[in-house]
Amino acid sequence: MAYDESVDLEQFRAQTREWLEENCPPSMRTPMKDDEIVWGGKREKFKNPEAKLWLERMGEKGWTSPEWPAKYGGGGLSRAQNRVLQEELRRIKARPALFSFGLWMFGPALLEFGNEEQKLRFIPDIVKGKTRWCQGYSEPGAGSDLADLQTRCEDKGDHYLINGQKVWTSYADKADWIFCLVRTDTSVKHEGISFILFDMESPGVEARPILLISGESPFCETFFTDVKVPKDQLVGEVNGGWQIAKRLLQFERSSISAGGFGGTGGSGILGPEEYAKMHIGTDSEGRLIDGDLRGRITDHKMYAKAFNLTVQRQAEQAKAGQQVGHTASILKYGAAKMNQDRHELLVEALGTEGLGWEGEGFDPSAKKVTRQWLRSKGNSIEGGTSEINLNVISKRVLGLKDHK
Amino acid sequence: MTFLLTEDQEMLRDTAMAFARDEMPVTRLRQLRDSGANGVDAETRQKLAELGFFGVIIPDEPGGEHFGLVGLGQVLEAQGRTLAPTPVLQTALIAASALQLGGSAEQQAEWLPKIAGGEASFALALDETAHFNPLGIATEAESNGQGYTLNGMKRYVPDAHHADSLIVVARTFGEAGDRHGLTLFLVPADAKGVSIQALHSVDSHGAAHVTLEDVMVPESAIIGALDKGADVLEPVLDRAAIGQAAEMLGSADAAFEMTLEYLNSRKQFGQLIGSFQSLQHRAAKMFTELELTRSCISAALSAVDEGKPNVAELASLAKARASELVHLVSNECVQMHGGIGMTDDADPGLYMKRARVQEALYGSASWHRDRYARLAGY
Repeated sequence: MAYDESVDLEQFRAQTREWLEENCPPSMRTPMKDDEIVWGGKREKFKNPEAKLWLERMGEKGWTSPEWPAKYGGGGLSRAQNRVLQEELRRIKARPALFSFGLWMFGPALLEFGNEEQKLRFIPDIVKGKTRWCQGYSEPGAGSDLADLQTRCEDKGDHYLINGQKVWTSYADKADWIFCLVRTDTSVKHEGISFILFDMESPGVEARPILLISGESPFCETFFTDVKVPKDQLVGEVNGGWQIAKRLLQFERSSISAGGFGGTGGSGILGPEEYAKMHIGTDSEGRLIDGDLRGRITDHKMYAKAFNLTVQRQAEQAKAGQQVGHTASILKYGAAKMNQDRHELLVEALGTEGLGWEGEGFDPSAKKVTRQWLRSKGNSIEGGTSEINLNVISKRVLGLKDHK
Repeated sequence: MTFLLTEDQEMLRDTAMAFARDEMPVTRLRQLRDSGANGVDAETRQKLAELGFFGVIIPDEPGGEHFGLVGLGQVLEAQGRTLAPTPVLQTALIAASALQLGGSAEQQAEWLPKIAGGEASFALALDETAHFNPLGIATEAESNGQGYTLNGMKRYVPDAHHADSLIVVARTFGEAGDRHGLTLFLVPADAKGVSIQALHSVDSHGAAHVTLEDVMVPESAIIGALDKGADVLEPVLDRAAIGQAAEMLGSADAAFEMTLEYLNSRKQFGQLIGSFQSLQHRAAKMFTELELTRSCISAALSAVDEGKPNVAELASLAKARASELVHLVSNECVQMHGGIGMTDDADPGLYMKRARVQEALYGSASWHRDRYARLAGY
């Protein structure tokens, strides 16, 4: 008898549905609250106890990373099975059990470049949300020119010794481990970089949060003073880290453009046209009185629609096995523009109502808009500035040549 | 919704692209222009008919298979690449759609096979002012006992300088601006009282002003229902806007490729000009706009074939974005070619001239933005 995957899939769907029915706690089927997002790791507080239960159960099944191999704790599902799982999760409006740089960026890179021992050691705890990872990339002197990084990593025979400083390390003050780019050869640039992993509790590591214009501190300055790292924690070849770094950036850029930037469409925030109707008003035919703002809002909404259609188109093409090429940078560039335009329009439509900072007297959702507007300014800087993304598009996609 | 072509549509696309490249390259438009043909190309029309390009959305048997608007979009995109003046949009898309959506069984039986075979050509006589305004119709059609008498003036009607038949949008009730009271009439271009004033337009495709003076047509000339022409006209215009946008995508693609080639070959200061970052970033932004707009057009074409309820929204999205795209890309094409771009010998100017016509037809970007906002309720 011929193998019929659809029969298996229907069986898998029935089992999945039953399992979710029994195991997804009631509050995990309600819209996510900003302060109940679970990032995992040793210091996770689990404000909602059901979120802990949900993570444990999903982690046990490996369904936080459904397509990763089961031998590393992943779900071991086929792409088709994962689609069914995602459909069933959406059907009950289940919250994501885990938000994690390990899942989105580091894990995929380690699966590609790590050795067997490293994968067995680190991947299962990413899947279960037991270890929270942070990314040690940018330095004070190496932002857009990332490969100019200077954090030194010296071979001391039985261990490596690390000295230097990272910056814009997201949640370094909350992370358990760091995946870090370090310099192992000072005589060359790209070919002198290595990719190394270490515990943030190692002696000599210090993370200091940076206060941003939005009043939040999601990023840190991170200092390394004589940090000793076991030699088996270097991934890939010594001086071969740049290749891993670039691949990981692709994962980062596509996770940013697929998931949107932190804070988009947050709970209770309306579209700019709704705030404009409320605070500016409409004519007898229901059109916004401010025709200029109306046109610009429409421009933005069309851009957003075109962007979302493009994400769908690329997903379909990828599924059909067609080449989608270097699209990550197009989407990263587009996502930044879209999110920034949206927040500028939100603040503009809100008028003085959008200029609150704290305390009483302002609509709470409007105060959130103000903070998110400030936060959105980082979208064209983080994960590769828009200018760097345009460089990547013009050189790698369009084939334009370097300046001599 | 799907963004992927079927195997048949893929083959149609390949054929259309090869035909545009080999049989109607930009040099063909130059020949037509320089010989004073004003966009009329009987020889190419014949070849298009032989390839079946006029019957892409017309099944052999009523209710049978066809390539759909997605298929026709591939043909239009191909002709957009080389700026070819063909009757495909007016006849194979607009007239065929009007007859399919509103035509009587007799009208369909008479005209659809002729359209598919390339034996009939049409022009939609709609606008009466210099801006797209489909409800602002003042042309009158008055009942005369045996039929209707038409009086009015239509401006800048594409293909009216060579089409055999006109689809005239006239008012049988109410005033200019009313949705109710529009009626569509099928009028032979050589009917008594029809005068066609050929126009020589900037894109060398030509067009015509059409004057109707006591033109008598029988009741059977009505397409759709009396006074309810808007019910047919609106979906037809959505399809026209989507088809026009598909053509524009082809033009933008070709102008962009031409620009990239120039950036990668022209040297100044001992450098390829494409190595200058200010030009690289502008090229990368154009590419991003191209890719985003491509998705919109693809979504709009397939929404029509799938009978989706959001065709109007997607038509406005596609046409508004395509208009902005060809505007941007054609301007940059001229600018990045420098002095060469200003010469008649080079092609960038042709793309810019055609772009402005494409932008104006079936609603400008601002017309479609306004409608997009209205549809979204603000």
